[in-house]
Parts: sequence; C-alpha cells; structure tokens
Amino acid sequence: MDTELKRQIMLENYSNPFHKETKGEDYIKTNANNISCIDDINLYLKIENNIIKDAYFDGEACAISTSSTSIMLKNIINKSINDVKEYINNFENMIYEKEYNKEILKEALVYDEIYKQENRKTCATLPYEALKKAIDKNKEIC
Amino acid sequence: MHREDFPMLKQDYIYLDNGATTFKPQIVINAINDYYCNYSANAHRGDYSISYKVDLEYEGARKKVAEFINADINEIVFNSGATEGLNTIVTGFFDNLLEPGDEIIISKSEHASNVLPWFRLANKNNSKIVYAPLDANLHITLEGIKSVITSNTKIIALAETTNVVGDVRPIKEICEYAHKNNIFVVVDGAQSVPHKKIDVKDNDVDFLVFSGHKMCGPTGIGVLYGKKELLEELDPLILGGGMNESFDSEKEIYLKEIPQRLEAGTPNIAGAIGLGAAIDYLQNIGMDNISIYEQKLKDYLVSKLLEIEHIKIINEEAESGIIAFNIEGIFSQDVAYYLNKYNICTRAGNHCAKILKSVTGVKNTVRVSLYFYNTYEEIDSLIELLMDKEKILKEMI
Repeated sequence: MDTELKRQIMLENYSNPFHKETKGEDYIKTNANNISCIDDINLYLKIENNIIKDAYFDGEACAISTSSTSIMLKNIINKSINDVKEYINNFENMIYEKEYNKEILKEALVYDEIYKQENRKTCATLPYEALKKAIDKNKEIC
Repeated sequence: MHREDFPMLKQDYIYLDNGATTFKPQIVINAINDYYCNYSANAHRGDYSISYKVDLEYEGARKKVAEFINADINEIVFNSGATEGLNTIVTGFFDNLLEPGDEIIISKSEHASNVLPWFRLANKNNSKIVYAPLDANLHITLEGIKSVITSNTKIIALAETTNVVGDVRPIKEICEYAHKNNIFVVVDGAQSVPHKKIDVKDNDVDFLVFSGHKMCGPTGIGVLYGKKELLEELDPLILGGGMNESFDSEKEIYLKEIPQRLEAGTPNIAGAIGLGAAIDYLQNIGMDNISIYEQKLKDYLVSKLLEIEHIKIINEEAESGIIAFNIEGIFSQDVAYYLNKYNICTRAGNHCAKILKSVTGVKNTVRVSLYFYNTYEEIDSLIELLMDKEKILKEMI
C-alpha cells in the first residue's frame, strides 16, 4: 500500500469514524489513555458466547488513535475472543517490528510504517489496550 | 534576545513550550558543574574549607532569591518546586487552621497543583471550595473575587499568571482587600515570577511559590516564600537531619529556626546554586526588559494568528506570553505533532487545568508559551506552517 493511500484511509477513519457513539450499561466499558499525551478513549463491547457481538467507542484522541480505533472495531465485530486475541497479537507484532500475518490485519495494515515515528506507536496501540482490558473484564464476569 | 547564551538554541529547534520548562544558559550549567567538579561537599557541615564554600554558595543563592522578590532571607525556603510549595502550605499551615464551613476561593483555571491539595483539605476539614468567577475573557477581577467573599472566607489561592489562559491577576489589589477581611492570600508564581518583576513587600502576598526550571534554572529546585510570622507557624512536613537543634527523647525535640526547619535532609545544593546563577542572569537582562519584549512578541503572534481564518484563539486578551488556540476540525495533539515535524515544540492538551473545560467548553488546546529568547522570525515560521490547513491535514499523520 502506498503512503498516500494509507494516509487517506487514516484520515477517512478519523473524519468519519466507525461506530463512534456512547453506549450504556449493557456494554462492557473500558478506558485507555495515553500517559504522554491527551488521547482518551472509551471502548464499549458486547460479548455473548465468547463472540464480540457489538463494539463502539467515544472520547477525544488524535488522528492516529481515532482512526486506529475505528479500524479496530471494524475488524473485531462478530469475531470470537480467540480470533480477536490473535488479531491483537498480530497488530502488536506489526507495530513492534516482529513477524506478523498480514491477512488478519486487513485495513489495520495502514499502520505498518508507524514504527518510523517512535512517539506515535502508542497512539496506534491505544485502542488495543482498551480492548485487552475489556476481554479481561469479560473473563471476570463469566 | 540573548540566544547565544543557550546551548539548546544552537540546535535547530523553535522552542515554544516555555510554560512547561525553559532552556538553561551556559552560565547556569557552569555554576552547577562548578559545584560538582570543584567543591562537591554537603551543606551545613563547615568543618573543612570546601564544605564552608558550599554553605556560602547555598546561602548566597538564598540571598539572591530573597533580593529577587524583595523578601527577607529567612523567608525563603528551598524545595523541589511550586507543587511541593503549595502542598507544604496547604498541609503544614492551613490544615491546622481551617474549621468546618470555612471557605477557600480558587478558580477553575488553576493548575492541578493549586487545586488538588485544596480539594483534599476541604474533604478532610469539611471546608468549602468556592470558585472565583471568570469574566468573558476568562480573567479574574477584584470585583469578581469580592462577589464570592463571605464571612467564612479564609483563603484566596490563585496563580498570578495562569498556565492556560495566561491572564495576569491583580494580586496586589486582591491582597489589600483580602487582608482587610482577615483572609490569607496564597499565590502560585510558577508562570509569573520568571517573566516579571515581583515584589512581595509591595503586593503583600502571604505565601508565594515558584519553580527554578521555568526561569532558566535547573529542575528539582523551587522556592516557598512565606511572611516570617506565618512560616514560624508552618509545621514541617518532613523531619530529619538539618532541621533539628537537638533531641533526647520523644518529649524533648528542639527544632532549628526557619527556614532551615523547613528543609530537612540534604538539600538540592546544586539546584539552589544553579537557581542563584539563573537569577543573576535574569537580573542582568532586567525583568522589565523581559516583560516588555515578551509582551511585544505576544502581540505580534496574536495579530498574525488573528489573520488566519481557521484558527480560534482562546485568550487573545491575555497580558502574558501564553497563547492557547485551536484549528477548526483538527485535534490539538495532531497540530502539535505536525509542528514537531518542523522542529517546533508546542504543547497540546488541557495543561493540567482540568476543570477549566466546564467554563470554556474547550477541553484541549495548542499552547504557545514564549520567553525572551524567542524571536519574531520564529513566530513567522510558526505562522507559515499554521496558515495552510490542507498541509496540516496532509502532514499530521
């Protein structure tokens, strides 16, 4: 994917994010914020029978964090917890320059060069922190 | 002005985050190095010559601070910075004094360090936090303060210059009115002392705190000023060496006089010496020259920002060198990242004033905070980059 296309995909997800909406108590709510900047994202997940049935987010965050959250949500809805865990691993491996499976990541591949900007890696991985917390929280409830 | 004095300015940065911290002139770095290289002993142990020199330099720095703000030398307590100073005042002095129902006036544009210690005190003593009203420009006026004073008001605690809105509060007038009504005034000088002439005898503040690193000094050193009779009543929060006279049992503890009583443990000697050098440096330039130059530079910046349609300034009326703004439709952090690609350092965020958003409706901003070493050319470079919104959108990610 060329750089300009990646940028456009990020901008599109930033300007018109997928499922950006506040949800109520029937969703598992987790928060992730970035210690070194002002990104602040709430994730809302509905998990039934180990499947992520629905997912939303709200909050204020930069273009990288917001677009990364939007793309992540598209990639996890209707996926099993195990598949999502594998997806998270692959995403993190991409960010931290390890081996990863491109097919699983789909649109999230737009962040495959983010390692070049050290201070923005945490922006891209921020929603994944909230996602991991939500999966842990779900384990406690079950 | 004086850019050649700063090693950091030899690099290709446009540094516009002076509200966070300032660069250090070589002369300050030399003073710190001199201590570590040539007379690196402890203070208050004058049994040998290099230790005696440490005493002279450490107490000499205290004298410089005292003269800088026109205080007496024993009214100057060294600590780690403004945050520690405020916590010491709240916990060591006012905790003993406040009764249930007493009122503390702060404002919604205060930095966290002038909010959270008061919140805790209010929760503990059942005292009440009252917010001074902010006018249309987000400024605080004496009239506004008067409107919230009641017979229960005991304390007014305000930054002299706020770190987000950059407004300069009429501290002298507030003190005059407060003292007639037996109200204490605590001033956070972190953003004012580095930028203008402060005279604690003239403005009559009860307590003033500030940080060395925001005024060309090193990190980890700060100052708590208190009127002598008030410092006498301030309970030391930290006990240990250097602050006691003698002790034989738990019933027989004799403490030193102020300010040593409030400086337990080995102090930040290098920090104090560095701060002393920074004060000499600032005095040589002249605090009035610094204020006048910064104001002109800030007026220039505001006039240029006003010409850009997609920029909304939060505080164009402020009298300090602090400007907060947003670009329509772009998150402040992305603007800061974009500027960083051109080696321009600005700050995005709420700037630790987290309750201000309830007044302004604006949670985050880009903040430019100037110092005397910033230039008109640097402002031009900033403006050129901010003018083209398409370029920002293109390059911010």
